[in-house]
Amino acid sequence: MSQTNPEQIDLQEIAPAEVGEIDLYQRRERIYTRKVEGHFQRIRLYTGWPLLLGYFLLPWINLGGRQSVLFDLPARKFHILGLTFWPQDFYMLAFLLIIAAFGLFAVTTFAGRLWCGYTCPQTVWTSIFMWLEQHTEGSRNQRIKLDQAPWSGEKLLKKGLKHGSWLFVAFMTGLTFVGYFYPIRTLVLELAQFSAPLTAVFWTGFFTLLTYLNAGWMREQVCKYMCPYARFQSVMFDHDTLIVSYDERRGEPRGSRKRSADPAELGLGHCIDCELCVQVCPTGIDIRKGLQYECIDCALCVDACNSVMDKMEYPRGLIRYTSERELAGEYTHWLRPRIVGYVLVLGLMIAVFSWQMLARVPLELSVIRDRNQLYVTTDSGAVENIYTLRLANMDPDMHEFSIGLSGLAGAEIIGDTEYTLNGGEVRSIGLRIRMRPESLQQPSTAFHFTVEATDQPSLQTRHESRFMKPF
Amino acid sequence: MASFWSWWIIILTVATLVGLVWVLFANRKGEPTGTDKTTGHVYDGIEELENPLPAWWFGMFVLTIVFGVAYLALYPGLGNFKGLLDWSKEGQYEREVARADETFREMRDRYLAMPVEEIALDPAAMRMGGRMFSNNCAQCHGSDARGAYGFPNLTDDDWIYGGTPEAIKASITSGRQAAMPAWGTILGAKGVDEAAAYVLSLNGREADAQLAAAGKQHFQTYCAACHGTEGTGNPAMGAPNLSNGIWLYGGRAEQIAHSIRAGRNGKMPAHKDMLGEEKIHILTAYVYSLSH
Repeated sequence: MSQTNPEQIDLQEIAPAEVGEIDLYQRRERIYTRKVEGHFQRIRLYTGWPLLLGYFLLPWINLGGRQSVLFDLPARKFHILGLTFWPQDFYMLAFLLIIAAFGLFAVTTFAGRLWCGYTCPQTVWTSIFMWLEQHTEGSRNQRIKLDQAPWSGEKLLKKGLKHGSWLFVAFMTGLTFVGYFYPIRTLVLELAQFSAPLTAVFWTGFFTLLTYLNAGWMREQVCKYMCPYARFQSVMFDHDTLIVSYDERRGEPRGSRKRSADPAELGLGHCIDCELCVQVCPTGIDIRKGLQYECIDCALCVDACNSVMDKMEYPRGLIRYTSERELAGEYTHWLRPRIVGYVLVLGLMIAVFSWQMLARVPLELSVIRDRNQLYVTTDSGAVENIYTLRLANMDPDMHEFSIGLSGLAGAEIIGDTEYTLNGGEVRSIGLRIRMRPESLQQPSTAFHFTVEATDQPSLQTRHESRFMKPF
Repeated sequence: MASFWSWWIIILTVATLVGLVWVLFANRKGEPTGTDKTTGHVYDGIEELENPLPAWWFGMFVLTIVFGVAYLALYPGLGNFKGLLDWSKEGQYEREVARADETFREMRDRYLAMPVEEIALDPAAMRMGGRMFSNNCAQCHGSDARGAYGFPNLTDDDWIYGGTPEAIKASITSGRQAAMPAWGTILGAKGVDEAAAYVLSLNGREADAQLAAAGKQHFQTYCAACHGTEGTGNPAMGAPNLSNGIWLYGGRAEQIAHSIRAGRNGKMPAHKDMLGEEKIHILTAYVYSLSH
């Protein structure tokens, strides 16, 4: 650039050749992850096991004669731990998902992609599959060698064992998943007897296949190319967000050295360039290149590097959970407006949701006025209106309900007002109301039908309707 | 479909398919041949690279074409061609109806063999009956079956055509056509008023004694044939009881006079073809249960 304008940023001419060629149709490079043990791996184990046990055991637990968690799609009823949700409760699920999303945002702002690294099913199942791979095909080097070796009986056996064990885990996963939608005890029995309905067989096979492909073959590609969350998560990051990062100021210049050598004398940093951090990475990146979108914050490289630092007798934490601000030599601000805001809003939403859940009345009344005749006049000059009431007892227990009126003085109900409904029963009730037309000011008067369980007064609700009389 | 339009669609569809296959395969490139991996197209410094179609994408496209061809061969899609499976929506509808018939046959036969009085005590059958009533009867008789102007109350024990299970079933199956003639021209205005006064007196209601006495003559001449000498009605003729204070078309003096003057031709439609025997049997039991 010959001329420089201080007001403007310098433009640089870059020839296409210098950009370098990015191949959009890049083949996937197989990642052979190395096994690593350490502090964060143990944390993953302790968080993973309860979650997995919960997933696999929950559908087997029965509560009050019914599967504790069952999403009964054909009946359009969700049974969750003793509560039964009807389609009209669906907005609660939306609310719950919003809370979960907000929780995720809050955690991400505070500590980065913890969800990805520790609890995301993709990561957890990939870890299980890697563990199986480790125990059937051996360590990283053994696997690389095995893949390059020509086919032999031993290779066939190892590969068969690996894929067999993968398919077994995938099948258990798929079976359990379907078991949340179709009574699992029935499902297992029917599958064993080859009498399961075709849809159940299909979906079990479908989820088995997808689990096998996702955790066995796709792995980090799901995170890199398919997961939308991975892409927008970085929006939530700020300078104080915890990230797994390599401390460049401490590590560089990197280089191999003898254990006894003093790095300061050699003019080297603490990184011995052993590449262990690269070998353990499930997404195949080099963390020393800085924060990358592929990084799922799993901290395997932290454990790997710490083990090396211990061997070299250097302080731990060359790769560690840190923040950009800390890396720049400042201190991480833990308490910041964004976090406080998230926590406050999250707390508020959880409070409102809990209140909604506790105040939920498992009873619904809806009223449809007969429209074929606006009103019926009787010989005595009274006016009658006809209504269809739909009463849904969403409680699991049987109750006796009493129907009444509010806001329509002097009205008489023609028909039964006492009904006994079984748990989960919906009843249509035809009723008519008789009024003296003189007692009504307007041709159309709004009032409420009320319904109350006679044995449980808290179980009550109301529905608005109108009474019409001739002009 | 006219054969022109049928061929029009067939030719367009087939030509499009063939064209797509040609475009797809003609543009398929292997590995780039040139040394610089470009097609040579340059515009404004932007070069077009000569990359092959991704294999998975190409494969998917081929699969969609295979699917399309197979679909068009098996199902109706190419003009008037019926497809090799001979599928039609009417056929599928009939199959599903037949399947439903098969599913419910056992239950239907069971109810059909039961007398109406017994079905009326079966809660499951009454829930079915209630739903059928809502769909087919409530429009006129009201959701609570208590009727309205011109439509009889089905919950009391007053029946125009009789309240036995057989009579109710006949009413639903074949319908009813009331035929109360208009007596206005025969009786004259005064005669109508007199007859109306007599009908009021039959119910013990206030009526001019003189008019009623004259009305009695008219009643015995013209009305008694159907409504009976005491005005108690005749279910066999569909002639309502005029002495129990239940009025289909209103019980005020002018309303009664109007019925006499202009006649009444209420109609209950036949449901034989709409519902069929089995459903009518259960519906009969439901209507029967309303007043028993």
